[in-house]
Amino acid sequence: MVDIFVIPLLKIVILLNAILVSVSYMTLLERKVIAWAQSRLGPMRVGPRGVLQPIADALKLMMKEDITPAKADKWVFTLAPMMVLVPALIVFAVIPFGPEVNLFGRLEPLYITDINVGLLYIVSVASLGVYGIILGGWASNSKYPLLASLRASAQLISYEVAVTMTLVSMIVTAGTLSMVGIVEAQRESGLWFLFVQPVAFVLFFIGGLAETNRAPFDMPEAEQELTGGFHTEYSGMRFALFFLAEYANMIVISSVATTLFMGGWLRPFPAVEALGFLDLIPSWIWFISKTFAFLYVFLWIRATLPRYRYDQLMRLGWKVLIPIAIGNVVVSGVVKVLL
Amino acid sequence: MGEAIAFYGFSAFILGFAILVVTTRNTVHSVLFLVANFMFVAMLYVLLSAEFLAVIQVLVYTGGIVVLYLFVVMLVNLKGSPEAHEDPRRLARTGLLLSGAVLAEFAAIIVYSAARPSAGATVSDAGLSDVGGNVEQVGWMLYTNYLIPFEVASILLLVAMVGAIVLAKREL
Amino acid sequence: MLEITTAHYMVLSASLFMIGVIGVMVRRNIIIIFMSIELMLNAVNINLAAFSYQLEHVVGQVFAVFVIAVAAAEAAVGLGIILAFYRNKETVNIDEMNVMRW
Repeated sequence: MVDIFVIPLLKIVILLNAILVSVSYMTLLERKVIAWAQSRLGPMRVGPRGVLQPIADALKLMMKEDITPAKADKWVFTLAPMMVLVPALIVFAVIPFGPEVNLFGRLEPLYITDINVGLLYIVSVASLGVYGIILGGWASNSKYPLLASLRASAQLISYEVAVTMTLVSMIVTAGTLSMVGIVEAQRESGLWFLFVQPVAFVLFFIGGLAETNRAPFDMPEAEQELTGGFHTEYSGMRFALFFLAEYANMIVISSVATTLFMGGWLRPFPAVEALGFLDLIPSWIWFISKTFAFLYVFLWIRATLPRYRYDQLMRLGWKVLIPIAIGNVVVSGVVKVLL
Repeated sequence: MGEAIAFYGFSAFILGFAILVVTTRNTVHSVLFLVANFMFVAMLYVLLSAEFLAVIQVLVYTGGIVVLYLFVVMLVNLKGSPEAHEDPRRLARTGLLLSGAVLAEFAAIIVYSAARPSAGATVSDAGLSDVGGNVEQVGWMLYTNYLIPFEVASILLLVAMVGAIVLAKREL
Repeated sequence: MLEITTAHYMVLSASLFMIGVIGVMVRRNIIIIFMSIELMLNAVNINLAAFSYQLEHVVGQVFAVFVIAVAAAEAAVGLGIILAFYRNKETVNIDEMNVMRW
């Protein structure tokens, strides 16, 4: 009874709290990183060196007036931010933060569950994130958000194809769909899949940038384009939910990339015995550091690269990424059979 | 016991949302009820130990096909459904006739299953005993016994892709 | 009543199918008709999955995967036809789709 209900509930509560706190502090980190890239300091006023800025932002957003446009569809208007945030959060149910560890005398795995179709679950839940964007633009009952939301959803579903093909080639390499199984496959082969499938890694990273509407693919939500994109008419907590969802999606893509390509919770060179002293660092610290490295690259790219135009974006997705991804699947299959 | 609660709960939601799909005036709400319906059908598949089918249902049906319907609804942009020339009594008559047919079928199912309780005919395994897990078994079947339908389905999808693009273009 | 047998799933599948049929026959908006067709296909899939569970053979699920693939193809082409028709005649009421040329 305790095992079925209490332990997973406890894990879910801890994980959701951790994610929501990380997401709010990522807003601060983004502003700091972009500021440092531009030779300035970023938010410095609230708290020591600006550390309490996310709390101030959260308070501000919570206290703003709740405006619903006049002829907007009330139910759908309220539902849209939830439909973006919920898929981003429930993906974390299958992401493995570490193997079984000894916690308070029990042997507990550091993930909520390990289903045998874990990777496919992640892909399918990510494909549900499109709904919130389409409905957000439509429910605002105004033409600019509608156009922006159609653009954003077209971008999302185009890059979803490329990302799914890349994940198929990773499934071929790892031989299993379960996330824990993929990390174990990396431990057995002694090599991170980053070195086995570098093309897939690059494709996944670019596709992940486009999936989360991050620069340089952030045309749908840039302030200079289409008066602010599909969340123009949203204010207060609903706007906060859209932004939480975007950062949560970034953390999801980083965690999935860490698990698939960088060995999850394994230390570098897991098969080399001489580096055994690295085992002193707990497995989940390795996982979090690798995820954080990815997130930093996301922010770094935002500070550096200019934005793609919409037709360039779609051309890149359909004419460049998808053929390379399909070729990667074919090559992975041939190599896996021959070796 | 838990399975019964799950099954009755899921079926109540499935049938409820299906009735809402069919009766709502606003087309966008109808599409959203269809999304909810498909999610509960996917949960039912998990109850039937068909995990691969459940995930494919969410990925392809909910995440692909219904998104397509939502796009078309928004491009066609109708908020109220056109129900001109509605004859209310005709609706009631058709509905009663069809529900009568369904009730007759239910009675037939229940009588049949009570008379011959679960024949339990097992189909030959065709070499499945060595692969484990639901996904591996489905993959094995797809690539050995049902390879030709698999290839034909891929050609069908290619034809559908080309056809959809040709039909929806503004000028050929 | 507490023991869930295949008959339960068959009853559920039959009701869902009939709701789909009622939707096709009663509604006039062609997009709702298409969605009712998807409900019917789902009812068939539930039936296939239930029998696959009872007979402990996975071929029912393979068939259901093919049904989903065909439904995707049909939805794409059908919606393309609707869009082409709408562009010419500005209606989605099937009572008004009664001419062979416009």
